[in-house]
Amino acid sequence: MAIPDAPSTTSRQPVLSLRGISKNFGAVSALTDVDLDINAGEIVALVGDNGAGKSTLVKILAGAHMPSSGSITFDGQPVTLANPAAALKLGIATVFQDLALCENLDVVANIFLGRELHPLRLDEVSMEVRAWKLLNELSARIPSVREPVASLSGGQRQTVAIARSLLMEPRVILLDEPTAALGVAQTAEVLNLIERVRDRGLGVVMISHNMEDVRAVADRIVVLRLGRNNGIFLPGASNQELVTAITGADDNAVSRRGRRTAEARAGGEQP
Amino acid sequence: MTVSDRNPGALLDRGDERLKDRSGAKGAIQGFLDRVRSGDLGSLPVVVGLVLICTIFQTLNPVFLSPNNLVNLLFDCSTVGIISLGIVCVLMVGEIDLSVGSVSGLASALLGVLWVQWGWPVALAIVAAMAVGFVTGCVYALLLNRLGMPSFVSTLSGLLAFLGLQLYILGPTGSINLPYDSPMVDFGQLLVMPYWVSHTLAVVPGVLGLFLGYRKAQRRRAAGLSSRSLGGLLLQAVAMTLVLELVTYYLNQSRGVPWMFALFVGLVVAMNYALKRTQWGRSMTAVGGNREAARRAGINVRLIYTSAFALCATLAATGGLLSAARLATASQQAGTGDVNLNAIAAAVIGGTSLFGGRGSAYSALLGIIVIQSIASGLTLLDLSSSLRYMITGCVLAIAVIVDSLARRSRVSHGRA
Repeated sequence: MAIPDAPSTTSRQPVLSLRGISKNFGAVSALTDVDLDINAGEIVALVGDNGAGKSTLVKILAGAHMPSSGSITFDGQPVTLANPAAALKLGIATVFQDLALCENLDVVANIFLGRELHPLRLDEVSMEVRAWKLLNELSARIPSVREPVASLSGGQRQTVAIARSLLMEPRVILLDEPTAALGVAQTAEVLNLIERVRDRGLGVVMISHNMEDVRAVADRIVVLRLGRNNGIFLPGASNQELVTAITGADDNAVSRRGRRTAEARAGGEQP
Repeated sequence: MTVSDRNPGALLDRGDERLKDRSGAKGAIQGFLDRVRSGDLGSLPVVVGLVLICTIFQTLNPVFLSPNNLVNLLFDCSTVGIISLGIVCVLMVGEIDLSVGSVSGLASALLGVLWVQWGWPVALAIVAAMAVGFVTGCVYALLLNRLGMPSFVSTLSGLLAFLGLQLYILGPTGSINLPYDSPMVDFGQLLVMPYWVSHTLAVVPGVLGLFLGYRKAQRRRAAGLSSRSLGGLLLQAVAMTLVLELVTYYLNQSRGVPWMFALFVGLVVAMNYALKRTQWGRSMTAVGGNREAARRAGINVRLIYTSAFALCATLAATGGLLSAARLATASQQAGTGDVNLNAIAAAVIGGTSLFGGRGSAYSALLGIIVIQSIASGLTLLDLSSSLRYMITGCVLAIAVIVDSLARRSRVSHGRA
């Protein structure tokens, strides 16, 4: 599959850039003056507590919500994402937490759902070949693409959902909690997959509650708190720093343990 | 977790070592047994049921399997079978139409009034009756899409309302006889294929299956996918042709194969193509399986519902017209009684799930043959209608139980 802009050739102009995004639901402001940049070939993790505005932000990017104010630029051009179709057409694909796969259809049918080749005489052979190519490029381990999705594991379903969103060759892919409800091995598999998606030159936005997963793959960690930007971290940031940024409190279980550990270490070093 | 542990020389879809080999005759049989064990029964219950029914009724009354009775059976199958084909459509999207009986009765009443009483050309009367069916289906879809009215309720009210309309337009006389020597009634009662036509048509499925199967296998081979062997295709084609020729020969001992049945089978084949090989059919299956997923995939769910209901009601009207032709009358009894349930039962017995997203056009064909065989056998035994209703009811219950159990098994085997 051709990668339109390999990361090495792009200037560091972000693919997708948000400036001063606010979103009000009645009297409640879910987002206030949020900035976000997504570069090609980069995984941006979006973290925050419940109600921090992560989902709202992703829905705005996916075109499901319109921002109350603020500007969105895609490839340097100001755009409006009026509906999901507009976002998809621009090259922003979204994989929601509930994967929205049809369990009674097989993998090929799910990947091509709504975008079948030859509507009046389905080209099953071409679709199957394309599905295998896509899955092999992602090094995905699906035993057979002609089995109904109901027979797949959670990780495999996530793989199918991601492969499905890549079919349109998007520039940016949004993943909402891709590792929630997955086991250890499956989580690792999906994280590998996310890295391979990045290596194809896509900008990846990943929402997650799991700091381990975030630090494992993210190139940048954007923290939201109560609908505002609350810091951008590199994956090397400590758990304590992240939790402090997320909760906004210096005094919490993580920081207390951190202090205790530090004190114990300091105490142990003394003669 | 890398590409390297795939067997590089293997076919594109046979590279995973977890995949069991299912090629060759032994693999095909093993695959079939696995599918049945996991609850993917397909048309197996129908075949078993038909063998049982034939054995029982043949021992009770040797007329049952006589060519003459079977030809009559095929005439009777066609009318309710076409209604059942419409039911397959609405069941595919996980909805139901309980008013197909009334709509078919209304269509036959319209035919009688417009054609016989008002003197319209018969073709125009047919089109008008089918148009009424189409509009009915669109209204059901509108109620579901815009008002969120469950199809169970809207079609239940439709059942009553259209029965009333049928009685109203038939007026106090209650029944209108159709002209006995008209082509319409001939089609419903007499017209059978010449022997050479039926024997030629019996070859078509085998030859076509072989040709299309071979072409598909070639394309798959060229694309590096696993494909069926020529031997298997040939075997299937020969077996199918033999069976069809034998059945045709047997039916030709009596009057022959009815044209009305040919129309029914033609519609079934067309519907099967539409459901399995077009984007519309894929969308129908998707909506029945997971409505929200279908919507997010960009499928126009409302349009799919509308097409399903409109098609169902139009086919119900068509079935009503044919049954009017079959009985040479448009009466108050048309479409009442067990027509509704027979049509729904046929679809379910044939293997279309009541829960949506799973089924095939052939289930209407297979299911209606089962239902009509039971009806015909019970009539031959001269049982009262009270017993007939009870027995048919039990068969329907068994069919739904098999469907539910198979579904549970599919879920536990991860094939829902």
